[in-house]
Amino acid sequence: MKRLFCFLALIAAIILVGCGKPDFSDAEKKTVASLALNTLPSLKPDTTNRFADVPAAAALGSTLFFDLGMSRDGTVSCSTCHKIDRQFQDDLPQAVGVGRTNRRTMPLAGVARDPWFFWDGRRDSLWAQALTPLENPLEQAGNRAAYAHYIKARFGERYEHIFGPLPDFAGIPLNASPLGNDAERAAWNAMSDAQRDAINRVFANIGKAIAAFERSIEPAQTRFDRFALDLATGAEPKGDAVFTPEEILGLKLFIGKASCVTCHNGPRFTDNGFHNTGVPPVANLPPDRGRIEAVAQVEADPFNCFGAYRDGDVSACGELRFMVKDAPELVRAYKTPSLRGAATRPPYMHAGQFSSLDEVVAHYAKAAPSVEGTTEIHPLQLSDRERAALVAFLKTLSE
Amino acid sequence: MLGKQAFLRHSVFPQAGGTRSARPSVIRGRGTGLASIWRYLLAGLGLAALLVGVLAVVYLTAPQSAQLAGPDVSRTKKTDNGLYMASFVPERGVVRQGELESWLLTLKTKTGASVERAAIAISGGMPQHNHGLPTSPQVTDYLGEGRYRIEGLKFTMSGWWQLRFAISSGAGSDTVLFNVVL
Repeated sequence: MKRLFCFLALIAAIILVGCGKPDFSDAEKKTVASLALNTLPSLKPDTTNRFADVPAAAALGSTLFFDLGMSRDGTVSCSTCHKIDRQFQDDLPQAVGVGRTNRRTMPLAGVARDPWFFWDGRRDSLWAQALTPLENPLEQAGNRAAYAHYIKARFGERYEHIFGPLPDFAGIPLNASPLGNDAERAAWNAMSDAQRDAINRVFANIGKAIAAFERSIEPAQTRFDRFALDLATGAEPKGDAVFTPEEILGLKLFIGKASCVTCHNGPRFTDNGFHNTGVPPVANLPPDRGRIEAVAQVEADPFNCFGAYRDGDVSACGELRFMVKDAPELVRAYKTPSLRGAATRPPYMHAGQFSSLDEVVAHYAKAAPSVEGTTEIHPLQLSDRERAALVAFLKTLSE
Repeated sequence: MLGKQAFLRHSVFPQAGGTRSARPSVIRGRGTGLASIWRYLLAGLGLAALLVGVLAVVYLTAPQSAQLAGPDVSRTKKTDNGLYMASFVPERGVVRQGELESWLLTLKTKTGASVERAAIAISGGMPQHNHGLPTSPQVTDYLGEGRYRIEGLKFTMSGWWQLRFAISSGAGSDTVLFNVVL
């Protein structure tokens, strides 16, 4: 009988070993591999910005990004909200520049790969995006004539070295913008077409320099990527690439039953699209209808891909050309954010509605209806253990 | 010899080596009195292996039969009222998720003649996700021989996509639906 026990113990050991080993189907392995950072293609050139990969432009852009002088009252720079030591975001539910905005600051890792910018995609290039906070009265609150004067005074030589001669500033008002206050708009309207174009060109080049700098901000490898690489190659995971059973369960739910990977796909964990997921509005903020209102804004932007300040040819403008302009699903649709690094940067959603990943997972499991439009999310039965596992997996994207 | 140590070296539980009292011992029959037990054990093991084999076959074939029951993904089909033969293929041969792509729609009449100057409206979406297409693809060029270039297609996620074409020409108006599964 002793030998029988030994034999049964052997069988039990084999079964236990079999169960303990991460067991992924071929389809699951394929999906996991598609999420790994090593599948991220190299950054494509941005033909709409011929300075995108010019080192001197990136260097000037980095100076401008951190320069408090790039604001109305000298207290706000891009880096005020996009903090370099905080994944280029600010941990606040809504960004605070000169005033308090109505949206969460987005992190910048991999931002140059986005087809659309801001939570609602109201800009269509990284350089056009960079211009927008500069003139937003709640963010940097400046005006383009003032920025042009400032560039000439502070960085004239560097600017001309990269972009060529600055325009003639004779007769250019100190403060003027089509988006400014009454006096600034009046001053803008009093300028000649040639003067307006000259100032717009300096302003666009500021955006192109900042964009050139931002192209260098890329996502870093995480524990998940090390695990995924080992799973793909069949290597034995070592050190922190070993996933706990809870993390494996979370990953399987993420790519399986919980369907997170439907939108959070590819090596950046985003489909770059806009979706209504029923995220509730925040009390005391202005009405926010998401993508549906951004369509007209990006079409009206003089710095969009169809505008006069684009470099290269119009073939780069496919996203704008084939943009969905009017569909019910654009109502309260917001961009799918990347989940890389998300675990260490609460709060979540476009206005910081949720303070923890537990709340985010609970929201998606419940799938409450949207206050306006229709949510794309369906309710999901998840046990407490499964919810915790999803959160545990998401943390591996921040380690 | 692939002994105990070798087995434990290959184990994913390296900590299982050495100290466990329940570890497998090397099994050898020493006397004839144990032969019958061995026979039973071998038979049991054989049955267990058979069961595992059957389960494996069931498990491995089930997803394939589910896929066979999926939508018709043929790239050439007759339009709904039979007016045209339509074929819809990616211009570069492969579908790349997440990128703007151009596809070619080729239209022939029942008699095989090229359909020229057709007006084509495109719509679609993902039937399982309650949303339409993420872009507005359009016909951007007529390439001759019934071939129309459709630009601005973008499949942003894996799954079941539908593309509907409303076609209107001298031969009449008809519709056709193509399924694309990524």
